[in-house]
Amino acid sequence: MNPEHAPIIQMKNIEKHFGSVIALAGVSVDVFPGECHCLLGDNGAGKSTFIKTMSGVHQPTHGEILFEGKPMHFADPRDAIEAGIATVHQHLAMIPLMSVSRNFFMGNEPVKKVGPIQLFDHDYANKITMEEMKKMGINLRGPDQAVGTLSGGERQTVAIARAVHFGAKVLILDEPTSALGVRQTANVLATIDKVRKQGIAVVFITHNVRHALAVGDRFTVLNRGQTLGTAQRGQITPEELQDLMAGGQEMVALEGSLGGTV
Amino acid sequence: MSESAQNSAVTDERIKEISPLRKAMIRPELGGMVGTVAVFTFFLLFAFDSGMFNAQGMMNWSVVSAQFMIIAVGACLLMIAGEFDLSVGSMIGFSGMMIAIFSVTLAWPVWMAIIVTFAMAVAIGALNGWIVVRTGLPSFIVTLAFLFILRGFTIFLPQVIERKTIIGGVKDVAEGDWLAPIFGGKVLQGLFSWLGDAGVIAVFERGTRQGQPVVDGIPMLIVWAIALVIFGHVLLTKTKFGNWIFASGGDAEAARNSGVPVSRVKILMFMFTAFCATVFAVCQVMEFGSAGADRGLLKEFEAIIAVVIGGALLTGGYGSVLGAALGALIFGVVQQGLFFAGVESSLFRVFLGVILLGAVILNTYIRRIITGER
Repeated sequence: MNPEHAPIIQMKNIEKHFGSVIALAGVSVDVFPGECHCLLGDNGAGKSTFIKTMSGVHQPTHGEILFEGKPMHFADPRDAIEAGIATVHQHLAMIPLMSVSRNFFMGNEPVKKVGPIQLFDHDYANKITMEEMKKMGINLRGPDQAVGTLSGGERQTVAIARAVHFGAKVLILDEPTSALGVRQTANVLATIDKVRKQGIAVVFITHNVRHALAVGDRFTVLNRGQTLGTAQRGQITPEELQDLMAGGQEMVALEGSLGGTV
Repeated sequence: MSESAQNSAVTDERIKEISPLRKAMIRPELGGMVGTVAVFTFFLLFAFDSGMFNAQGMMNWSVVSAQFMIIAVGACLLMIAGEFDLSVGSMIGFSGMMIAIFSVTLAWPVWMAIIVTFAMAVAIGALNGWIVVRTGLPSFIVTLAFLFILRGFTIFLPQVIERKTIIGGVKDVAEGDWLAPIFGGKVLQGLFSWLGDAGVIAVFERGTRQGQPVVDGIPMLIVWAIALVIFGHVLLTKTKFGNWIFASGGDAEAARNSGVPVSRVKILMFMFTAFCATVFAVCQVMEFGSAGADRGLLKEFEAIIAVVIGGALLTGGYGSVLGAALGALIFGVVQQGLFFAGVESSLFRVFLGVILLGAVILNTYIRRIITGER
């Protein structure tokens, strides 16, 4: 992270209430370009609500969102996408029966004109897909390979590459590694690293401390709708992060019985 | 960097080379192509002398196949978009009846009757689609309701207006109309009369049409079928909208997340299906000169069967218009071929059931190959 950079997105004192439930009680996070900002928290800590607020799905009850220094009010996710905030969801926006290249350009199809008719420019789409996949280190058999034949990690990578290609400035990854094997997780983490180096801000949501520490520059822990502070890389140990996520004391008792393996 | 990436792409040891055979297997048209070859081989062997492959015989099964093709194109695109339309057959009956009522009973000009009927049919298609999209109900149920609603009106209206279930006389009122020949006319008549003179095709020996060729042109029905197949194929595989059709049927939620207007795509496909059914109806009414309340019965299932033989998945997201056209061709050739071969025609249904089952099993297998599921 470069401290002299201005934050690309600032979430100030965000509160979100659902009826009588306070999902977020004043969360503040700054995200800088080119950093991987890990958002950690146990189930129910408010991670999902927080990123949904960031990506325009929810409007905050209180608080302010500054995007590139200006206050932003996203009415719906499309506003956020247009501003350059892309979300790669746990349940991917990928269609298994369609080819990688058709998936890659789904909703953003390139067209070429043949007389008065606009046709899908398959040559261009195939070329770009192969190039982008190569950059991410995925070897496709061909652009017409169906997404269904890719592994979970590769699908995540296609989704990330797509978001980057279409101009994302902030990339929100919602638990991209939660359902993946060791090897695939490593691939996705490597992809995150590549994306960060292109100057894109990555918000990486996870509840796995080791995944977070592998690529994170800064770590924000959420617990019961509140921030427990943001730590720089190197200032915090895995044990401390784990404790913060679990809310401190309770884990101590548990860890005793599990021999510190969690 | 790009150099090394290129090399590694070529030599990744984890990617198995797939054989050309397996590659061909995942083309949705495969079943249709194999079936077409099989069916033609069969009838060339067993019914060659029956007149099935002379000019008249070929025209006979071509017309029947073209009828199936017209409705199969609409059903195919709709199925790929993830929906069904069971009201196609009733729509054929309804549209035909409306044209007859408008042009004969109400004495409107035929062109106006045709245009108004098209507008009504497409609007009903849109209503079908709108209900499906808004309620989230299975299209199976919604269009089943319209199967009965439309058929009911098709029987009710002529009985109330004319006290009968068949309205004739369309041919007389269509005389000299500018739009009617687009559906009921024939093309390439010059070519066929030349072929007749040249002795390539047979001519009538006697009667009022003595000297004229037995086949005097290509019916517009066939022209429509070919045009719709080409349109559907280009739309599906070569356009942005085609990508949206695949996406809507493959996973509506994922498509929506990526900015595809899924509801609009589905409604438009319902409208297109209704349009195809009406093309069928108008051609039929112009050919017969009458509209009957029982026209188009069971056509919805025949359309779906042709589409499935053509390799489309019932679950949506995968299929081919060319495949559906081949499915329709198989359908037409077998239906008429059994007649030529002198086989009891009820056996056609047995064949239909068997081939449907075979096609669905094959498609499921192909789907596994594509998606790598086990």
